[in-house]
Amino acid sequence: MIIPYFIIIPLLAAFLITLIAGEKDDWAIILSIIAVISLLILSLFSYITMHTETLSYYMSSWKIPVGIVLVQDALTSFMLVLVSIISLTSLIFSISYVRNLSGDWKYYSLFMLLVAGMNGVIITGDLFNLFVFVEISIFAAYALVAYGGKAEEFEASFKYAVMGSVSSTIVLLGIAVTYSATSTLTLAKIGEQLPSINSSIKLWIGGLFVAGFGLKAAAMPFHAWLPDAHSSAPAPISAMLSGILIKILGMYVLVRIFFNIFDAPQFFLNIFLIIGSISMIAGVFLAVGQWDFKRLLAYHSISQMGYIFLGFGLSTTLGILGGVFHLLNHALFKSLLFYNAGAVETVTGTRDLRKLGNLTRIIPTTSNTSMIASLAISGIPPFNGFFSKLIIIIAAIEANQPVYALIAVIGSILTLASFMKVQRYGFRSEKKADVNGKSIDWKMNFAMITLAVLCVATSLMIIPGIREIALDPVVDVLQNRTLYIQLVMGK
Amino acid sequence: MIVYLLCFILFLVGIYGILTKRDLIKIILSIGIMGYAANLMLILFAYRNNSIYPILSEGKAVSQMVDPLPQALVLTSIVIELGTTAMLVALALRLYEKYKTFDITKIRRLKG
Repeated sequence: MIIPYFIIIPLLAAFLITLIAGEKDDWAIILSIIAVISLLILSLFSYITMHTETLSYYMSSWKIPVGIVLVQDALTSFMLVLVSIISLTSLIFSISYVRNLSGDWKYYSLFMLLVAGMNGVIITGDLFNLFVFVEISIFAAYALVAYGGKAEEFEASFKYAVMGSVSSTIVLLGIAVTYSATSTLTLAKIGEQLPSINSSIKLWIGGLFVAGFGLKAAAMPFHAWLPDAHSSAPAPISAMLSGILIKILGMYVLVRIFFNIFDAPQFFLNIFLIIGSISMIAGVFLAVGQWDFKRLLAYHSISQMGYIFLGFGLSTTLGILGGVFHLLNHALFKSLLFYNAGAVETVTGTRDLRKLGNLTRIIPTTSNTSMIASLAISGIPPFNGFFSKLIIIIAAIEANQPVYALIAVIGSILTLASFMKVQRYGFRSEKKADVNGKSIDWKMNFAMITLAVLCVATSLMIIPGIREIALDPVVDVLQNRTLYIQLVMGK
Repeated sequence: MIVYLLCFILFLVGIYGILTKRDLIKIILSIGIMGYAANLMLILFAYRNNSIYPILSEGKAVSQMVDPLPQALVLTSIVIELGTTAMLVALALRLYEKYKTFDITKIRRLKG
């Protein structure tokens, strides 16, 4: 049984690091990289070997109404692979980046806690357990946002912590209402009980969960904390937060609860659609005006999350496929862009696009990979972003929602405009850039090149033969909604 | 019904405090109030009239006891809230070191 190891390995690594790390961070780096590589191998293994199977693991072999159950199906393995890829590249990028900040083992310990929390959220099948893992990962995130120790970072971390606690309390209230209505906390069992309960209570539960997890997903009315937190954090942490944390704590949980447990009621799907289109358009409008490189990227995270919300909100097979695919793609190219921003900050000491100049000569790898990522996020073929956005737009037209398709197209054009600005001012302008003498080492370049290659390679996932193996099982989990309940309950 | 309503009002008091107060410490206290409201709600959902504490012993039937599970959940959530409060207070202290004030209207270097 490999399911519990997805939680055990990072959690053990987090605490072992505190024990064996001395003054320096060498051991912490080795241990955390071993842990993340083993997670990557395990998750790839389970993603490849089990397409449509669903495995359940009963903790201490207590059966369902009593104990906590861990569930692994295609969606779970897909998300686990995503977390492992981004955290591995993030760790490799961190090694020299964090030495510039402080050179301390605490960073790696917190990083492993973040990974442990996210893996736990993905794999658990119990509502309160999910809440606890959400808290573990978001606590590590508060500390990591403030890691640099500058005034702005504490400010951003405080804002993030306040918003995070508000959302956690709302989620706890939702859990209380759920428990009072269904007398159980296992997700599958809740799903079994739900059809028999009062519809106004269902609205309360759904509303509290949309507000609570929507705050964590930074959908538009709840987005205020994101630009601060994601732009102030160290670059590899911004990549983790923007790339996967908002997707796991926000999107994945919402999708799991509303599709597999609630059976996707139309009312909440409409909320998804409205939230999605507002964030898509407003996020990109706010992004175009930014001059701070990382802040611009943070606003784009809001906008791209809107596409994912839209894809899932359509809830047709094509829409869900687009949502899942865009979730993967956004994690890849947004993390890459944050690494680029980190590399630029290391070399020039600033993130202000107006102060940057011609960087193509000085840091060619960063400049070229940022070009790939910019083209991918703006939806230029043959990069992955084009295909996922195309699928979402076609799905919107097929579902007779041409307005949403139009909004998605406009959002995509504005994204292209703002990334042309990044390329024009940040990397390819006439002006000579000021350089502070620091250079990018091979580890940073390796992280960026890996993700750039993946940005191109994942566009192959749209080819029918590969799609059937890679993405269709994931879509099936969300499409056959109540199958999850039956499989977990063992019927 | 009235107790649930009062509990919800307590929750709203917490949200009101977070939205309107300008002092960092008062915001942290408001988050605490909100957390208490959620915990109280869990305990209230588990409560039944004229029932006893959930410890098995002779002469006490299970059917007369209150539901023990939410009490366990509340213990966990109190520990999590303790962590949140400690984290927030630590951040507030570091913010005071940097800005020499607890007033959030003066702590705004991030904008845009």
